[in-house]
Amino acid sequence: MNKVLTWDQRFAEINAMRQRFAAVMSDLIRDNNNVALILADITAERFTDVLNDFPGRVINAGIREQLMIDITGGLALSGMRPFAHTFASFLIERPFEQIKIALNHQNIGAVLVSAGASYDLSVDGRTHQSPADVALLNTLADWKIIVPGNAEEAEYALRMAANDTGLYYIRLSTETNEKTYWSGENSFTILRPGHQGTVIAVGPVAERVLAATEDLDVTVLYAPVITPFDSITLRNTLSVPNIAIIEPYLEGTTTYAIAEALSDIPHRILSIGVKRQELRQFGTPEEHIKAHGLDIQGLRERLSEFYGR
Amino acid sequence: MDNIDVSRSRRDILNHYLSLMTGDEKHAPSSISTLDIIQVLYEKVLNCSPERVHDEYRDRFFLSKGHGPMAFYAVLALQGFISPKVLETYGEYSSKLGYHPDRTKLDCVEISSGSLGHGLPLAIGSALALRARGIIGPKHWILMGDAELDEGSNFEAIPFAGRRGLCEINVVIIDNDSSTLGWPGGISHRFTIEGWEVTCVNGRDHEELHRAFSKTHPQKPHAIIASVETKSGKPRRQF
Repeated sequence: MNKVLTWDQRFAEINAMRQRFAAVMSDLIRDNNNVALILADITAERFTDVLNDFPGRVINAGIREQLMIDITGGLALSGMRPFAHTFASFLIERPFEQIKIALNHQNIGAVLVSAGASYDLSVDGRTHQSPADVALLNTLADWKIIVPGNAEEAEYALRMAANDTGLYYIRLSTETNEKTYWSGENSFTILRPGHQGTVIAVGPVAERVLAATEDLDVTVLYAPVITPFDSITLRNTLSVPNIAIIEPYLEGTTTYAIAEALSDIPHRILSIGVKRQELRQFGTPEEHIKAHGLDIQGLRERLSEFYGR
Repeated sequence: MDNIDVSRSRRDILNHYLSLMTGDEKHAPSSISTLDIIQVLYEKVLNCSPERVHDEYRDRFFLSKGHGPMAFYAVLALQGFISPKVLETYGEYSSKLGYHPDRTKLDCVEISSGSLGHGLPLAIGSALALRARGIIGPKHWILMGDAELDEGSNFEAIPFAGRRGLCEINVVIIDNDSSTLGWPGGISHRFTIEGWEVTCVNGRDHEELHRAFSKTHPQKPHAIIASVETKSGKPRRQF
């Protein structure tokens, strides 16, 4: 029987990315007096120092996510660079209209940093899983959406967001690549060149995608910045226009962008991601990855079939 | 010309401005519950002027209740923030004046509103930003309706502002008894228990409004409950 971890145990080890976020965010707060952080209890225990040292711009609103997003908008209206953070379910899905009105519609910039992703909190069930967050934000204009592959990449994303003025969504996860493949570029990176098609790997699925495509002659692109979509690199590296995209969130989220990028070329698209149907199971993230067909074997089967091997 | 005549003639101008938007020759100002409050705020209270819309030290007015912004636009015209000519374009495709205000179209509009329940929490963020930047003094004035209090976002914001002692925050609630479920025990109760200063006034009485708006409330945000007649003209509900 798998050991069931307590809440504290899981979050003690939850991930390097969230741990790195706490460290980097605290640095950014200390070094930039225009940076503000607003929390809704989640992860507040890792910000006790800056909560004490900078009570004017490091704020815990309690479990009030609507308030958190509106305060974020208000902070930006009057000259701060605000960051807001909680689990993706409560950062994006629950206060979505606040995001639309307090951020986009007011025409201001802000940074939303989530934890939990699609199945990091597998044992907690649906309430703590947010596979639709990226798709939801893609219904709004002007968001830069970054899905870092590991803690190093998360740090690049956070520092980039702090130095910019626009709308950023940084999606932290326990799912990680071992290696770092990205250091702040807006364009996709070529992980492996090939001739029979293109596979786009978003963030932490990259190493499983590389393993699953070992025997395929396909170009593998790495896309931690998934919005805005880098259609230039996709087109410049295009061989046979058979495109597969592997995303660690709602299946089909980015299909529209590929179709748009290749609207003048007959093409095929395969989208692999988290299934729309609720997975009413608990267990580990790895078990959820397998259930969605996002494990190496699942990916290999789908991709081999798609590329005709 | 004595003061009463001055204020009456300004009211005549406001009525004229309202008619530019409605197209009616005559306009009954009493049908607009927000007019007296916005007029008193802009004429006597807000530390802001057309020349100072970018001044960090200006007072900020957030029309949270974005519905029916004609009174707001008319007062902006009266105070010289916008040209009265613009009023005639109200609601047109290329107009700067929508049926809900848009801050990206006019520098003197602090927030884009229309969706209820955003004004107070946005103002809290704005006030926190000014504090963090060492800009002390500017006040935030938020206008909402008693039915707007139905929105849960306000009840996330009320305890926060109270506990933080955000004395820069001033909420004016126009109470025309239009909330569907009503507020047994009164609206004021919802604020006093959370540490706010609360003042109840007649929302049509300029003197009373001005007195309430001028009240000091150190370390506490201020809620001003401004009662006006009900829409239907019926007596207010009793709970």
